[in-house]
Amino acid sequence: MWVGVGDARVLPFVPASPRRGTRAPERSDGDQFIFHLRVMTDLDLSFFTWELVSGYLIKGFVYSVQLTLVAMVGGIFFGTLLALMRLSSHKWLQWPSALYVNTMRSVPLVMVILWFFLLIPFLTGKPLGAEWSAVITFTAFEAAYYSEIMRAGIQSVARGQVYAGYALGLNYGQTMRLIVLPQAFRNMLPVLLTQTIILFQDTSLVYAIGAYDLLRGFTTAGRNFNRPVESFLLATLVYFVICFSLSLLVKRLQKRIAIVR
Amino acid sequence: MSWDWQFFLRDIGDGETTYFDWMISAWGWTLSVSACAWVVALVFGAVVGTLRTAPKPWVANLANVWVELFRNIPLLVQIFLWYFVVPALIPPLQKVPSFVMVVLALGFFTSARIAEQVRAGIQSLSRGQRYAGLALGLSLPQTYRFVLLPMAFRIVLPPLTSEAMNIIKNSSVAFAVSISELTMFAMQAQEETSRGIEVYLAVTSLYIATTLVVNRVLAFIESRVRVPGYVGGGR
Repeated sequence: MWVGVGDARVLPFVPASPRRGTRAPERSDGDQFIFHLRVMTDLDLSFFTWELVSGYLIKGFVYSVQLTLVAMVGGIFFGTLLALMRLSSHKWLQWPSALYVNTMRSVPLVMVILWFFLLIPFLTGKPLGAEWSAVITFTAFEAAYYSEIMRAGIQSVARGQVYAGYALGLNYGQTMRLIVLPQAFRNMLPVLLTQTIILFQDTSLVYAIGAYDLLRGFTTAGRNFNRPVESFLLATLVYFVICFSLSLLVKRLQKRIAIVR
Repeated sequence: MSWDWQFFLRDIGDGETTYFDWMISAWGWTLSVSACAWVVALVFGAVVGTLRTAPKPWVANLANVWVELFRNIPLLVQIFLWYFVVPALIPPLQKVPSFVMVVLALGFFTSARIAEQVRAGIQSLSRGQRYAGLALGLSLPQTYRFVLLPMAFRIVLPPLTSEAMNIIKNSSVAFAVSISELTMFAMQAQEETSRGIEVYLAVTSLYIATTLVVNRVLAFIESRVRVPGYVGGGR
């Protein structure tokens, strides 16, 4: 039994555009959307105005950036803890960390976003809203990826450094905090930042739960101005410019901080 | 809270398809999107990655533009681009089924990442290999065909394994353009039955099982073709 693409029922999540009146719930928003697109061939860029930016994009952009930064800081913090657990000599610390990281890494991000959106109201007792749910999800999800980077970073620090720390009379915590982790961060900084660029791209997936991020700003504007094609093109351009310039910065940084060995 | 798995055997409203049938067909869509996109990604990734090491600067630069372009735009935006924008700008493509557009989007997105690894693989070979090939009188394409690429592909197999797993995970983004794959199924079955946890558990297990199988199969191939003396190789 093969349910075809044609009879797929369309997302119930897509919020109604304010311009359109009430519509039957089964009527797919997507169909009308496609219809508008299919009849249009010439581009009209006249809606690229300040009103577009201030009314639709700024709110989404600020949210995407906030989400990225919070998830980066939180992810690196918890990721480092996970990495330390994974590298500890205690079995009971190792396997929960390994289980968490491997599970997160083998499930699609969209599914993780959906899981948290479903489970958080159960745990907290009240719905938290898509925006906050996404913040928690991305922190938890990215922690798994950052932890693999930090694990490689910690392992890239020569064993002798650890022994030197112990020989100086430092305990485990001091050795890690003062000797190993600073070097691990420095070695891994370009990789951590590259992962952050990927994280910024991935924040667009909050589309699945309807949070208002940068991409949602573009799709909403595209609907309200009835110019979805141009709106998607502009979205592509904006994302590309941001990610490409960040990746150039990371490359320059990588050259500057590379340790000569 | 109590379990209720029985809804999987209830029909979805058309009198003959059960939720279980729907899930299996959704799994089929996930697998076929991933498999087709994987072929596209391998072909384009291998070609672009090879061209990036070409001696002619304009060829290498063109290939670099390809990689940067597809790497710096979020996958979801690329899927929208292929699904909504490309057919609007190129009317003949409007008849192409959305499945093909999603496969192209996912394939090209992944091809940039594969190209990066293929390039790294070729450049990890010592430059003497290229010179040896040329000194034997092989043309440049022959050097690539008989000397460089066979080695490079065996070296890049481990990172390709993780890309194969990524492509299955990334195929979930196709939910956004109404391909009825697993994530789409999860969202709609959750909405209709309100048994979110059971639906998500089933779908998540299918994803994990699929990536695991792909991982094992490729690990087996990897162990058969690995190059002695290189990372993870030898014996």
